[in-house]
Formats: sequence, C-alpha cells, structure tokens
Amino acid sequence: MSTPVVLYEQEYEQLKRVITRLCADANAKFVFLVDKNGQQIAAHGEMLNLDTTSLASLTAGNVAATDGLAHLIGERGFPVLSHEGERDNLHISIVAARVILVVIFDERSSLGLVRLRVKRATGEMNSIFELIDAKIDRERDMGIALDSPFAEITEEDIDALFS
Amino acid sequence: MTFINYASREINCKIVYYGPGLGGKTTNLQYIYDSTAAQAKGKLISLATETDRTLFFDFLPLDLGTVRGFKTRFHLYTVPGQVFYDASRKLILKGVDGMVFVADSQRERMDANIESLFNLEANLKQHGYDLSKVPYVLQLNKRDLPNVVSMADLTAELRRKGEPVFEGVANRGIGVFDTLKAVAKQVLLELRKNGGG
Repeated sequence: MSTPVVLYEQEYEQLKRVITRLCADANAKFVFLVDKNGQQIAAHGEMLNLDTTSLASLTAGNVAATDGLAHLIGERGFPVLSHEGERDNLHISIVAARVILVVIFDERSSLGLVRLRVKRATGEMNSIFELIDAKIDRERDMGIALDSPFAEITEEDIDALFS
Repeated sequence: MTFINYASREINCKIVYYGPGLGGKTTNLQYIYDSTAAQAKGKLISLATETDRTLFFDFLPLDLGTVRGFKTRFHLYTVPGQVFYDASRKLILKGVDGMVFVADSQRERMDANIESLFNLEANLKQHGYDLSKVPYVLQLNKRDLPNVVSMADLTAELRRKGEPVFEGVANRGIGVFDTLKAVAKQVLLELRKNGGG
C-alpha cells in the first residue's frame, strides 16, 4: 500500500495563514484546501454550518471527473475550474499538483480578483508543500520513522472502536 | 491513501465498496448510515440517477472514535456497479486504503461477480495497487434469496487471497458491520506495519 500523507503542525499553521489571508484579500466567504483523495486539510471562512467533509469529497470527485475528461481529449488536466451560481460561486484550482484549493465567493468579490489572489497564494503554498516533501524525504533518508500514533496499536484498541 | 493530520490529530482512511451492479453496495452504506449515532456520521451523499442507480459514487464519512489520541475517520465510498461506468470506478479507487467486494449470491449473477472482480484487479493495477496487498474483505450478499449459489461454491470461485468472507443480507443489516469491522481492522493493522511512514 502507498505511504500515508502526513501533515505536521508547523506546516499546517503556515497553510492556515496563507488561506486566511487569501480569504481576506479575495473578499471570499470561505477558502479550503483538500487533497485529491477528498481529505480536508485546512479551512477558513464565515460559512459556519458548511458541511466541509461532504464538500471535500465532492470537490475531489469533481476534479477527478474533470481530469478524466481532460485526458479523454488529450489534455493533461484543467488546472482551474469555476462554477457560477445565483448567489455564490466556486473557484477550484490545483496546488502543488496534488492539493485542491477551493474559494467560495459572492457578489462582494469577482472572478478576476479571486484569480489574482489565488495565484499569489498558490505560489506560497507550493513552497510550503515543497518543504513538507523535503522534510519527509530527509527523515526517510535518515531512517527516522514518523511518530505514528498507530505504531503500537493493538487489536484490542481496534475492537474498542466498534464496541 | 491514509491522511495523518498531526495538527488536528486526525487520521482519515478511505474504504471502497466494489462489486457488480445491484449487488448491495449502496445498501451496505445505507444500513451503516441508518444504524449509526448522529454524532458519529456525516451526511450520506449519493450521486445517483433518477432511478436510484449509482451514477458516480456514494459517500459516507464515519467517525469511529479515538485511537491513541487521534480521531479515526473512515470515508466509505461505493462505485457504480454497472459495466459501462468503468471510467468513474477507476477514479474512485484512487488513494484507496481498503476494499470490500460485495458479491451477489444469486445464480444468475455469477458471471457478473466474476467480471466485476477481474475489473477490480485490472483497475487497481492501473493505480499501481496489487489486490493481494490491499486490505480486502469479501461479502457474499443476498443470502436470503431463494436462487443462491452455496457459500462454498461462491467462496471457491471468488475468494482471491484467503481474505475474510462474510454472509450478507445487507438490507437487514446481516454481515454489514462484520464486513466493515474486518476491513477497518486490516487497514489499521496495515498502518501499524508501515509505522505511519
């Protein structure tokens, strides 16, 4: 099986800072980061009752389906998707080739402004993901096992989850 | 692919229910949803046709509780079983941590089971996975119907690697949680083996 994706606190805080600023700079309602498998990484915004788990899963499905369409017509992918609604709009883009950045905005902002701000934030986030990759590679090269909470899990622990 | 978030102390794993059309994959998720406490589950999302056939996927996030201080979440997906939705099935397998194959025990669905199993192996291979190494459980569903193949014959035909096999009547919940528990256990033990990295 493939290696788990790991996100440490330090990099999480850095990503959170970037999306918080993006949300303000773009006049957006909500910004979130999700990996291409549908796992939410970080979120910031004013939409308090938003079901972010479902949003993450559907966003990943949407991006995967659109990538599939792109491949069918000989494109590598569509790195930016935009959905326009009556009140709210979605701007979806790919960061560091494996993470999806979603910006939800309404009439207080515009597609142009969102695009501009997303571009800057994407550059910053690319650097953060490069740092995460370098950190994991370095630890792997040095033979340092990640401090997994599951390294010592017992069958009893697992049974307890279903009790 | 398991996602370990040290900042929010969460671990998310992805489990996919695979199998022939109308075999009971969505019914498994529906039963889990109906029998799980509200605080332990998210919304059940079904991207289905107007006639309730799965079009893209069903999705159910389950919060199983805490292990060693980490919230353990399982994201359950089904694939569309109908043969012509293969492109969608491939997409959903991406990043999978564990698989459940829901077979239809009725005699007339035997060929469909075998075709779907071959399809699963081929699609996993395209993602670089090998079924023999993926946490995997076989559920033989619809055992309550009159025209079923015997457990022994079905197991002999469909079992691939000594995986756990469960009898299922998914619409009444029989075998549903046993199946989920068996695959979740394998996924978590796999994490232990990998030491998280």
